Amino acid sequence: MQITFTSFPSQSGLRSAYASATKHATEDDEDAYMDVEPFDDFESDSSRLTCPGETLTSAQSFMRGHGTYVDNDDVISSVAGTVERVNKLITVRALRTRYNPEVGDLVIGRITEVQPRRWKVDANSRQDAVLMLSSVNLPGGVQRRKLESDELQMRNFFEEGDLLVAEVQAFFSDGAMSLHTRSLKYGKLRNGQLVTVPPILVRRLKSHFFSLPSGVDLILGLNGYIWVSKHVKESEREGEEGFDAEAVYSNRNDDIDDATRTAIARVTNIIRILAAHSVPLTDVVLLEAYEWAVEQDADVKGLLQEDVSDALVAAVTSG
Amino acid sequence: MSSRIEILNDGGFRSDGRRQYELREMTFDMAEQAGADGSASVAHGLTQVRVSVFGPREAKMRSQTIHDRANINVEVGIAPFSTGDRRKRSKGDKRILEFASTIKSTFEPVIQTALYPRSQIDIFVHVLQQDGGVLQACINATTLALANAGVPLLDFVCAVTGGVHAAAPMLDLTTLEENDLPHVTVAVMPRTGRVTLVSMETRLHVDRFEEILRLAGQAGGVIHKEMRAVVRERTKGLVDAMGAGVRTSDFAEDAMVADS
Repeated sequence: MQITFTSFPSQSGLRSAYASATKHATEDDEDAYMDVEPFDDFESDSSRLTCPGETLTSAQSFMRGHGTYVDNDDVISSVAGTVERVNKLITVRALRTRYNPEVGDLVIGRITEVQPRRWKVDANSRQDAVLMLSSVNLPGGVQRRKLESDELQMRNFFEEGDLLVAEVQAFFSDGAMSLHTRSLKYGKLRNGQLVTVPPILVRRLKSHFFSLPSGVDLILGLNGYIWVSKHVKESEREGEEGFDAEAVYSNRNDDIDDATRTAIARVTNIIRILAAHSVPLTDVVLLEAYEWAVEQDADVKGLLQEDVSDALVAAVTSG
Repeated sequence: MSSRIEILNDGGFRSDGRRQYELREMTFDMAEQAGADGSASVAHGLTQVRVSVFGPREAKMRSQTIHDRANINVEVGIAPFSTGDRRKRSKGDKRILEFASTIKSTFEPVIQTALYPRSQIDIFVHVLQQDGGVLQACINATTLALANAGVPLLDFVCAVTGGVHAAAPMLDLTTLEENDLPHVTVAVMPRTGRVTLVSMETRLHVDRFEEILRLAGQAGGVIHKEMRAVVRERTKGLVDAMGAGVRTSDFAEDAMVADS
């Protein structure tokens, strides 16, 4: 007895149709997948791929890490992705997953809820993050004490739907993250546009803030949220004399001229294209892609056309 | 009987030209749906299903959170145009709710929910075309969508329908066959051979049951091979795409700052 399947309706003889259907897995593939020998040759083949339920190695000689579980003395993968090994620790890194926070990460989030002395922030993680009233800088200086009146007017600082940039401060016992904005770099976002990409595409960089020529600032949140906004002049940065402390929690955009608007739209489209082609986003890649787009003189909408975007990705990844 | 279509003719062929143990053509598509964390569409012959997975994410309703594991929420939508007789079902239809809870209980022991306390995993199932084996298509599509979303699973879940026609067991029934034959849908985890779902809405002779269950388990293994090949292909595609463009520069900040 043989369980088979063929195209519908079957063309010519079951066995032959099964064997000739090249797009389906054949018996040979099966053997190739079933290699469950131990990990001695791990280094030679650094990006070993795996699927849920695949036995990786013996639990006697290795420790299980994220993306794996132990059953009957075997370490078994629970996600589809690449196998990574550090000494005796085996982990599987999924390619598409929600953001896994780490302390010190820079994230961009959106306020979802205002609660007593805290805000709930959506940061593309498994639970909403918490931003305590005590971990934000209030207008009037770093040293200012939080008063009861501040608790009553929390919506004056952050309201539902507001975007902010923050740093992961700590974790609660259930794994939820606590954020802080106690630096002049962090706080409410305005004058720009949010783009969302898979978090794995944003790598840890020396700095996650940078400016492109033509007056566009970028903030790459490690949670896959990217903020593209109008450039802030050096003299108006935090701590300089032109800095407007009142504007920190402002809900109004500055005047943005048409050229800047176009540049912002162009950058967001570039990010969308690169994300759709799974190109990891770094400062260099983005700068190169932007220069390419300007060089080609493609209009903002035209970038999204398939041939143009393919050319863009090819230009960026080949160099 | 003569006026009706023969389920299994003397030559051993079924009404659509298949043999007894022959499955219909399967297509698995894991292309990303914008906005969803993972999605997959699956077709078994003319049955077509699309599943989107969101999460693990913050539960929308506080009452639904479970303090030590994630809550799985399954919603099923059956398109009015998916069947021969066009019929609109309301969302609160008892049959659809039962169908959703079947899928939920199939995946509850497979998803490692304990890793995500107080979160919620939303599974949205859309049935686009029905020609028998809707439950099997939904379960296979959900497995792929969950794998695509990076949700940790103990194993794949592979489902298939088996039926019996005059003591002859058959696999992967069409609507025509499902209407006439006693049938059972079985979902297996291929690595261990554990069964996470047996669903039977018709009466099946107890002597036939064991044979069908065993057969469905084997067919699950065949489907698993296909599903795994698709997941691997997609994983490889993503890894290759990501490997192509990794470049950073230590001088980036100097190069990038353009003062105005």
